Amino acid sequence: MSTEFEPNVVAFLCNWCSYAGADLAGTSRTHYPSNLNVIRVMCSGRVNPLYVVNALQQGADGVLVSGCHPGDCHYMEGNFYARRRFTLLRELLEYVGVEPGRFNMSWVSASEGAKWKDVVGEVTKKAKEAGPFKQFRRAKINW
Amino acid sequence: MNNKPKIGVYVCHCGVNIARTVDVEAVREFASRLPNVKVVRNYAYMCSDPGQLLIRDDVEKEGLNRIVVASCSPRMHENTFRKTLAAAGLNPYYLEMANIREQCSWVHEDREEATAKAKKLVYAAVAKARLLEPLYEKEVEVEPASLVIGGGIAGIQAALDIANAGFKVYLVEKTPSVGGRMSQLDKTFPTLDCSACILTPKMVDVANHPNIELLAYSQVEDISGYVGNFDVKVRKKARYVDVDKCTGCGICAEECRLKGRIPSEFDMGMGKRSAIYLPFPQAVPAKYTIDPERCLYLTRGKCGKSPKCADACTAGAINFEQQDEIVEFKVGTVIVATGFDTFDPTRKPEYGYADYDNVLTGLELERLVSASGPTGGNIVLGEGENAFVPKDIAFIKCVGSRDKSVGNEYCSRVCCMYTAKLAHLVEEKIPGANVRIYYMDVRAFGKGFEEFYDRVRREGIRYIRGNPSEIFKRGDKLVIKVEDTLAATPLEDEVDMVVLAVGLEPRKDAREIIDILRLSQSADRFYLEAHPKLAPVDTATDGVFLAGCAQGPKDIPDTVAQAKGAASSALVLLSSGKVKIQAQISFINENTCRGCGYCVEICPYGAIELVTISRMGNPVQVGRVNEALCKGCGACAAACFSGSAQQKSFMDRQILPQIAVLGVMR
Repeated sequence: MSTEFEPNVVAFLCNWCSYAGADLAGTSRTHYPSNLNVIRVMCSGRVNPLYVVNALQQGADGVLVSGCHPGDCHYMEGNFYARRRFTLLRELLEYVGVEPGRFNMSWVSASEGAKWKDVVGEVTKKAKEAGPFKQFRRAKINW
Repeated sequence: MNNKPKIGVYVCHCGVNIARTVDVEAVREFASRLPNVKVVRNYAYMCSDPGQLLIRDDVEKEGLNRIVVASCSPRMHENTFRKTLAAAGLNPYYLEMANIREQCSWVHEDREEATAKAKKLVYAAVAKARLLEPLYEKEVEVEPASLVIGGGIAGIQAALDIANAGFKVYLVEKTPSVGGRMSQLDKTFPTLDCSACILTPKMVDVANHPNIELLAYSQVEDISGYVGNFDVKVRKKARYVDVDKCTGCGICAEECRLKGRIPSEFDMGMGKRSAIYLPFPQAVPAKYTIDPERCLYLTRGKCGKSPKCADACTAGAINFEQQDEIVEFKVGTVIVATGFDTFDPTRKPEYGYADYDNVLTGLELERLVSASGPTGGNIVLGEGENAFVPKDIAFIKCVGSRDKSVGNEYCSRVCCMYTAKLAHLVEEKIPGANVRIYYMDVRAFGKGFEEFYDRVRREGIRYIRGNPSEIFKRGDKLVIKVEDTLAATPLEDEVDMVVLAVGLEPRKDAREIIDILRLSQSADRFYLEAHPKLAPVDTATDGVFLAGCAQGPKDIPDTVAQAKGAASSALVLLSSGKVKIQAQISFINENTCRGCGYCVEICPYGAIELVTISRMGNPVQVGRVNEALCKGCGACAAACFSGSAQQKSFMDRQILPQIAVLGVMR
């Protein structure tokens, strides 16, 4: 393995759009970096902002929340809630000194496999540039 | 039952799909060292019968009580393996899948990287699987009745199909008569069937059907409940005419002091009616209605010495004391068939619709050519001495469609063909008429459309490609300024009459139904279907279906087909009598809930309500989830301040371990 820093990114994907888009990227055999690991939730509106902070505490160098395009939410309004919450969280994270590149949001539909590949590339690149994240790291893993 | 987790992990090769890039043996070996894992196996195709049998045998012999399958996407085979668990006697929700194909082996090339990622994903799945809880799908009964909103051809067809299958239908129509837009048409393309001739029998069927309760001149006020059990509230507006007594003779309208002075909606304002009226001769029900905004007696409290309609009615049907009536009933399914509005051409001021009398819309010309229309089917413009028959006639297509400047990017699908039909009718009615059509494209896509378009051109109607920029008046003539883009020639075309082929738009009152049923709109503002291809009549709300132009512009055959589709979807629920509801839904811990009500506000489905319970003898408010309404989005769980609201299978304590694994493992 190379000694170059490889970031660890945790991603929360909604079942209906982004997770399906990520599946499509696989079905179409696109290739992207393996730094990002996905947790499936039913809706981006399910993602508690604390999950993001928690991921950063547990060792993630970057976090992504991805849902349906605004207006296309399977649950009508979930991604609007997500958008509001995470706009706020992003500002808070920036305020406490977390590099903006560590936290990302994207809208990827079930038909946008190619976009998913781009998103993963972009998010991984940003996390890589930001470097290892230690500020929030817990001394002891806690679940 | 001893519920200490005993996890079986099954790593699938998927032939070589996974095994080529992921070292499945290394993953197996890794998984065998994870906490609570009792059995780990590799197999070529886990989804095959022998693969599934492997799981069943292990559950039986090893006493496994949680299963992790590392294979393809859960969107692919979650249901397959849930069934395997059920067959093995396990609760089907004791399953967690690790997606090591679509999101691992297929997207990574480096075997080492892919294997490392597969290990992480398996570990995260195991971490969650340890904490899974059994879930049970509930069944609710379906009320054997259906509500159809809108009495146009879509609503009529859907209502008839459901009623013919033996179920009760409530058909609610806002205006005094069913029939909708189709009843305003003279002929229908491409066959030139007389619209009234094919529609009227269906309208009569609807009124006479023993299973259909027709609520005309009524509006849906409120719908609550959930699939199978909707409570509906309908306002029957006062007609001021006792429908049981009214014989539809029409003497009242003859006598009305405002006779011939009120623009008729049915005739697009070109014909005139009385304040007491039947919208059109074939109206169903054939009962008169008093227009409360026009009637002298109702607006001013005085109509001569006494209202002439009441004096004239021999049946004594006029009743000025009548009040709106609220009707309440229960249905299992709802079909929304509310139709469309035509584009208002005053939003394209360059076409002079507001300025010149001789600029008409397609629907207005439709009324002029109709034998039941204001001119008895003669195309005559102007009134009295100034009346004349137009000779030079131009149609302009795509008015309000395919036009970003008015916010309608979509094609209205019917204008090309109704223009061709009207052009044909004009040629037929005005011998020697000179008809031309200005167009962007001609879209003749349906059965018999191209043939009809061809026929119309052979009849001598000229198609000129160009989008007119302006219409103005010169003497008695209207001048169309346009470039013939095929000949690259600017033209000024002098005509007697311009017909704007206006497009279809969502109804101006579309919002009312959205608020009542929580429907979504697509980008074009029509109601959004659940899936554009595979669920075109369903909506995101279970038990609510769409039919006709409420979902998007369509012609009559497509509308009828969709209405039949919606009826059949509704009948699936009605005839099975039972419906399964989602198991992965939210719940609220009433011991910790503080009753703030934030979840009530945030729930997109109105599935949570505050109830008062007794906590240590004190009454406190807590949120409670209506399990039939909840769709399992988890918005409440993310919003809850105290962690009392949780989503089953996606609880905080199930997701946090996943986060920890993915965070810690490098």
